[in-house]
Amino acid sequence: MGELGRSGIEEVLALTDRFVEVNERSIPKVPALRGKTVVSLFYEDSTRTRLSFETAARRLSADVMSFSVSSSSVNKGESLRDTVETIEAMGVDAIVVRHKSSGVPWQLSGWVQPRTSVVNAGDGWHEHPTQALLDCYTIREKRGGGDGSGLAGLRIAIVGDIRHSRVARSDVSAFTALGAEVTLVAPPTLLPPSLDGWPVQVSHDLDALLPGLDVVYLLRLQQERMIEALLPSLREYTATYGLTARRAELLRPDALIMHPGPVNRGVEVAADVADLPSSVITRQVQNGVAVRMAVLYLLLGSGVDRAAL
Amino acid sequence: MPPFEDLTDDDLARISLPAVTFLHGGTVIDADGPRRADVLIRGGRIEAVGLQGLDVPRRAQVLDATGCVVAPGLVDLHTHLRQPGREEAETVESGSRAAALGGYTAVVAMPNTEPAIDCAAVVKEVQELGRDACCEVAVAGAITVGRAGTQLAPMAEMAALGVRIFTDDGTGVADTRLMRRALEYSSTVSRPDGTGVLLAQHCEDASMAAGGAMHEGEWSSRLGIPGQPHEAEELMVMRDLALARLTGTPIHFLHLSTAGSVELVRRAKAAGQAVTAEATPHHFTLTHAAVAGYDPVFKVHPPLRTEADVQAIRRGLADGTIDAIATDHAPHAAEAKEAPFDEAAPGMLGLETALALALTELALPIADVLALMSWRPATIAGLADQGRPVAAGEWANLCVVDPAATWTVDATRLASKSTNTPFAGRQLTGKVRHTVWRGEAVVVDGEAQR
Repeated sequence: MGELGRSGIEEVLALTDRFVEVNERSIPKVPALRGKTVVSLFYEDSTRTRLSFETAARRLSADVMSFSVSSSSVNKGESLRDTVETIEAMGVDAIVVRHKSSGVPWQLSGWVQPRTSVVNAGDGWHEHPTQALLDCYTIREKRGGGDGSGLAGLRIAIVGDIRHSRVARSDVSAFTALGAEVTLVAPPTLLPPSLDGWPVQVSHDLDALLPGLDVVYLLRLQQERMIEALLPSLREYTATYGLTARRAELLRPDALIMHPGPVNRGVEVAADVADLPSSVITRQVQNGVAVRMAVLYLLLGSGVDRAAL
Repeated sequence: MPPFEDLTDDDLARISLPAVTFLHGGTVIDADGPRRADVLIRGGRIEAVGLQGLDVPRRAQVLDATGCVVAPGLVDLHTHLRQPGREEAETVESGSRAAALGGYTAVVAMPNTEPAIDCAAVVKEVQELGRDACCEVAVAGAITVGRAGTQLAPMAEMAALGVRIFTDDGTGVADTRLMRRALEYSSTVSRPDGTGVLLAQHCEDASMAAGGAMHEGEWSSRLGIPGQPHEAEELMVMRDLALARLTGTPIHFLHLSTAGSVELVRRAKAAGQAVTAEATPHHFTLTHAAVAGYDPVFKVHPPLRTEADVQAIRRGLADGTIDAIATDHAPHAAEAKEAPFDEAAPGMLGLETALALALTELALPIADVLALMSWRPATIAGLADQGRPVAAGEWANLCVVDPAATWTVDATRLASKSTNTPFAGRQLTGKVRHTVWRGEAVVVDGEAQR
């Protein structure tokens, strides 16, 4: 996200407007990427991101190939590089990759031909750029001034397992690039070991923070964090950092509740709270398709007349 | 028999004579200081060191050393030759050739092979391979069987074959009681020449370091890579200093990487404890920022640390806290490095770049660099014929270094079977010109002779 910068983010968001409109049509499909091939290469379970990317590619009329670990030769010991070169040899224009290891998309982009685009669909704890873009789009749609002021002045808290979260890292970059003030809320065990260079505040007191927030962004808590001695129990986590019904009442009426999904109802967010009108979790998913259409279009659609959309 | 110089070609064809090598026009530097001298080598040993110059003998192989330093050959305390078991990454032959090109006349072969060097049979196997090598191959043994950390390996039977250094390198000995016993047991184990053995530790607290693929800090946080903190190393340095005091035995610390470790060793030495330590060229030249591009060539254990650590290692080398520069030469086949960063094999090549990095990066007189790379490690490794003064009667284990030559590291032109150098493209000053091992010129003008 850092490399994209404010202008890059705004370019994607501006184009996303067009695709949101496309998605509202009775036949939500444009021929922009006809003849292009997009492969989704997912080394990690993901329902929504994968579906979202594949839907985005199909709505742009691209051909979609799907590769997942369980059905691949990865289980036969094939190396990442061999897999990627095999896929590329089939003739693809973009590889959308999800991997449990940070940095894999950067490594891939060094291995493939320059004409093949690599799209990061989430790498380890590092980045999930399209999630951050759809989050920015959703916040701007609901709370931003339509005057190009981005997210200036908005106060956003990201709550939960920041340490292991690629969403948090990308959101911090994107939100702050667009001018928002970001506070990270987590127990010390779930914060990164160092926050040197992060343009954020840190708080351990969610109650004190909630009344002043424009957005509370909750992260999914993985069950295995207890095994790693990062937390005593889910119950204690919920009591201290969960968005319970009581805490939700501390929010201003126009504050947004966001979550990258999938939601652990009753852990990081109470079931009722996730369904409140101020919760835009479903809208995030809708916008995800449009944002990913914009990203694929920007990477693959050069030479295509935008007016034809 | 007439003097060698008077023999005819027919004479030579009939008889086999000791090779004569003549190092002409260099400046000898050893533990006794610098002096201009020619060096005459015959039958593997130094025959004469001529301060006023020597006549060039007939039929001698003359190696030009003009403008060069003639020094005792370098000694690496920490080399992974990968044999047996990982011959696709390196062999004793290819690794020793890389060593010779780097100016080394001896390397200590680490025991984390497959199988591990943890008994006499494997020691003999590697020693046998070492007979055809391009330098002396001193074999290190494991402290525990299979390096598994549960049962002491038979140190005495390995020491009887000459093994001096014992280590589970690759990992530390995690069990404190076992490490205590190993130190106690080692104190009476001796080698055929009557000298003792030395335990060497890879300091890394296993639970603190678990999963850590790089240094824990600013960069690991930003890159989303699990890290291991300074303390993962320092906790074991502290523990082992305590155990060495308790047992009254010496200990050697492998590849120190943190400012805290250097300070711990400095204090222990000041208190009179028998402790030695080494540091690698990559730990005094590179920081964790190098990982930013996710290139696994920068993955190594212990990990690249901070700039403050780099400076502390340099100070430790300058003030004698750290006794030796060791390479931790760790070849890996391309496929082991072409993997996601957290899954890639840790380790870097080092033999062919170590001396030049030390000369280029450390603001030390060349004599001090040579002390760190030749005679001090030779003493630690207990190698009687290495790091010796350049004097008549000594074995001719020498390197000839042009301290002013500049060159650029090219990963594809290294003698190692692997290419995982983190220094590719780096311009260095100081180049090994010739290497002489037991009187044989194994490297001439920067080219391996076999």
